[in-house]
Amino acid sequence: MTNPANKSEPLLEVQDLKKYFPIKRGFFKRVVGHVKAVDDINLHIMEGETLGMVGESGCGKTTAGRSIMRAITPSSGKVMFRDPILGLVDVAALDDKDLMHVRRSMRMIFQDPYASLNPRMTILDIVGAPLRAMGLFHGKQLEDRVAEILDLVGLRPEYMRRYPHAFSGGQRQRIGIARALAPSPTFIVCDEPVSALDVSVQAQILNLLQDLQGKLGLTYLFVAHDLSVVAHICNRVSVMYVGKMVELAPTRDLFVSPLHPYTEALMSAIPLPDPRPRTKRVLLSGEVANPASPPSGCYFHPRCSYCQDICKTEEPAFKELTPGHFVKCHRAAELNLTGVSEILEH
Amino acid sequence: MTENLIEIKNLRTYFHLAEGVVRAVDGVDLNIKRKKTLGIVGESGCGKSMMSLSLLRLVPSPGKIEGGEILYHHTVHENQDNALSSVVDITKLDPMGKEMRSIRGNQISMVFQEPMTAMSPILTIGRQITEVITLHQKVNQAEARNRAIEMLARVRMPKPERVIDDYPFQLSGGMRQRAVIAMALCCQPQMLIADEPTTALDVTTEAQILQLMRDLQEEFGMAILYITHNLGVIAEIAEEVAVMYLGKVVEQTDVKSIFYQPLHPYTRALLQSIPQLKDVLLRHDDARRLQTIKGMIPDPYQHLKGCPFHPRCPEAILGVCDTVEPKVIQMGEGHIVRCHLYDK
Amino acid sequence: MTTIKAPRWFSKTKKVDAAQKDEAFFRASQWQLVWWKFRRHKLAQMAMVVLGILYFIAIFAEFVSPFDPLHRMKEFTGMTPSPIRIIDAQGSLRFPFVYKPIQARDPETLRPIYKEDTTQLFPIKFFVQGDDYKLWGLIPGNIHLYGTGLQPDNKIIPVFILGADTLGRDVLSRIFFAGRISLTVGLIGIVLAFFFGLMLGGLAGFFGGLIDEVIMRVIDVLISLPQIPLWMSLAAALPQDWPQLQTYLYVTVILSIFGWTSLARTVRGKLLSLREEDYVMAARLDGEHEGSIITRYMLPGFASYIIVSLTISIPGMILGETALSFLGLGLQSPIISYGVMLQDAQNLQTISQLPWLLWPVAFVVLAVLMFNFLGDGLRDAADPYVT
Repeated sequence: MTNPANKSEPLLEVQDLKKYFPIKRGFFKRVVGHVKAVDDINLHIMEGETLGMVGESGCGKTTAGRSIMRAITPSSGKVMFRDPILGLVDVAALDDKDLMHVRRSMRMIFQDPYASLNPRMTILDIVGAPLRAMGLFHGKQLEDRVAEILDLVGLRPEYMRRYPHAFSGGQRQRIGIARALAPSPTFIVCDEPVSALDVSVQAQILNLLQDLQGKLGLTYLFVAHDLSVVAHICNRVSVMYVGKMVELAPTRDLFVSPLHPYTEALMSAIPLPDPRPRTKRVLLSGEVANPASPPSGCYFHPRCSYCQDICKTEEPAFKELTPGHFVKCHRAAELNLTGVSEILEH
Repeated sequence: MTENLIEIKNLRTYFHLAEGVVRAVDGVDLNIKRKKTLGIVGESGCGKSMMSLSLLRLVPSPGKIEGGEILYHHTVHENQDNALSSVVDITKLDPMGKEMRSIRGNQISMVFQEPMTAMSPILTIGRQITEVITLHQKVNQAEARNRAIEMLARVRMPKPERVIDDYPFQLSGGMRQRAVIAMALCCQPQMLIADEPTTALDVTTEAQILQLMRDLQEEFGMAILYITHNLGVIAEIAEEVAVMYLGKVVEQTDVKSIFYQPLHPYTRALLQSIPQLKDVLLRHDDARRLQTIKGMIPDPYQHLKGCPFHPRCPEAILGVCDTVEPKVIQMGEGHIVRCHLYDK
Repeated sequence: MTTIKAPRWFSKTKKVDAAQKDEAFFRASQWQLVWWKFRRHKLAQMAMVVLGILYFIAIFAEFVSPFDPLHRMKEFTGMTPSPIRIIDAQGSLRFPFVYKPIQARDPETLRPIYKEDTTQLFPIKFFVQGDDYKLWGLIPGNIHLYGTGLQPDNKIIPVFILGADTLGRDVLSRIFFAGRISLTVGLIGIVLAFFFGLMLGGLAGFFGGLIDEVIMRVIDVLISLPQIPLWMSLAAALPQDWPQLQTYLYVTVILSIFGWTSLARTVRGKLLSLREEDYVMAARLDGEHEGSIITRYMLPGFASYIIVSLTISIPGMILGETALSFLGLGLQSPIISYGVMLQDAQNLQTISQLPWLLWPVAFVVLAVLMFNFLGDGLRDAADPYVT
């Protein structure tokens, strides 16, 4: 599908992406401010890679995923995507006709298996919807294609006559994955795909996603809040805080030697399934900042134990400190932060 | 004074529905020690929540406690030197009666998963806490308010004098959970039941709340029954762990043994199915596949013969595990397991 | 995450094993689920049967009634309900019959009173010949469901089950015909309410913003107007010389004003909530265009709520028409509706002397009650996916 020569170029490159939501007040709905849900993020994903996006509630990771997909329209910025048919395009600026083509190659898996399937349509209709709406398959061929995809995600083809209420959470999530795969995409945004599932079912779905990536050469943007899951499945991970991307690095580097104090706190907070006592704990004080009225300078400064004067006034730049490792912190070069290995080693 | 605060013997809580009988709790034996934390681990449908509700006689109808005993050894302070304990069987009490109501919120408290739905949205935090205080302690409103502010400070609520007049919707998730914990602890109970209290919280807030609960346990000298499906949280907070599956306790031991020497196939399968960070450090570029448990949790109306886990068990012994129910087997220091593999 | 099985309320009439029943449940569409859930509601089932009977009678009123509703019989004015006897003068058991009534005058009040001539009995027969009629104004006939049949010398032996009014007209026959107007005014009313409600509620919910605000405030104003006075003033503006059908339609439009407002709110509310559902976003990402999304993804989501809302507004319209006509503001004689019939029962004297003129009230109550039960049952079954 993709030109082998492009393997060194990213499949997806996000530049200065912003998504602001207006806050309206009063009878005439005057705009009094903005919720800066996604505030200037930059990232790239190579073909066949899985990039993780983590953060706590209100960090903007779900909004970022949806803006990249153009499920919601970004306020500004570029989303450069290497489409198999159209070539290199800016998804954020496409007209409707071209957007329809890109929707074949960029697909999404949703978090809630109970809310993401229309309860009034059969599985055949749900999985076949993109094929029908995009004019890719009809009639018997469409049924055959749906049967093929259901088999790929581990469901029996005869299930296509059933409705979603016949299935458990894990099975519904497989149906959601089948729907995402139907038009043979190259890139999938996984929006917390296992958060709503039981532990044992989580494992099945994670394995499935990994298998499919190997089989079909897929590229994933994996949005999640569970750091252990992200560590398991992602090649590189980005950390979001109140709309900003504060760190981006290969998985091992991020977890073992984080460069941002917020990442350090996250690592320290993960409850590890290991009863050895942890000594170096960094406990954050205070609450997550409000994206409608964020602090001045570095958004994290009120909760940061390494805060200095410059952090209160000037927003740090998102810089590449070591190869492939980006961080948004004034003091990143001088701090010696605790990663996971130091916590585990005992 | 006995070591055990609560002894649960063969507790059975069943739901008789038109479709059939759901055996939510099906013969559970557990001991909850004073001042210690017992963690209950299990997935959805294992009965852990129903068991905690049974402890407080809050089982929703049409559920009923069908049998078994819940022996509560509560302390009766005669004088400073001689604190006796007397026993009451909670299953025999009238769930709406005076004795049970004096236990709830006062001697045994509970904290739930969703703080927003656990609190009344139309009353201030202060009102809700003082209500608990005045219900169980003979103090006037002003004194109750003082104690409420003090309690909020002890759960490390920022600006407790201001928060006391706030409504739940004005607080963040972490603050609401603190308020709920304050409500639960304001009468200094002997035991706190926590049913997934941090599942709905962000990981940094969760770490704060877990630390808070550990500190409060020491301060108050109370037992904690902590229910969760998250094995990481169990490792953080529990001293002893019981694993539940389909209404039964399948393994129980101290927290270290559960993680380093799990015996029951279900426990082992659970541990192998969660992504572990230590593999991030050890692994090379090829991803490790997670071990999955085959099959699904069965239909709750169907009561299988033999061990409830046998259809999904990788080590099931044909002819034994599918016909005979495994007994509880003692395996060394306080380690019990319900499995034929260990039956000599 | 447990295995799914068919719930108890989903049953099949044929004896099937559990596996087949489960599979049938898995493949059941929304409407099948709604139907099976609806069937649990015994009261609603009964209501459906009763309403079915009422509408059957209304449709075939010419046949079911023993008399033409406008047929005045001077010889039977103000007659009490016919005593239907089964034991004759000799004391033996017979098929139900009536005696011929003889009119006399009460010496004090000068009102007509009736005695029975026991010399000859007239059995009540079914499918008898009687007044000529044209079914729906088209098909001529003269067979009636019950009566004493044609007599020699064209004398009429009446069976007035609910008595006769002051003009000698059979009350029950009039009630059967009244059903045609009173029960259908609600049906036409909800058709109008459906169009307005769906359109305006859809616009408000779909576009939101200013359009939503305007429509919602208009609705707020409309429903805060006092209902009966509004109806009265609109009906009073009715020209008296309009043809009956036009009057009837005008009255229907007036009544549906309040019906569409509740439907519009329901539609808007449901639309607003459904827009945020993940599966709607997934449909957009699948390439479905907005029209398709509304019809295939959103509309089925509240179709059952629309049906419930409409069903629940019918009683209001029936009562409204009855009230208006009763007050002389809606329909007039010779159109027959429950309200028009109740005009005759407006003074105390009439009610004390001819209390059977109040029977239309029972039928109004019956119809309204049945629609309410039906609405209850539909509401319970409206969303089969919420357990």
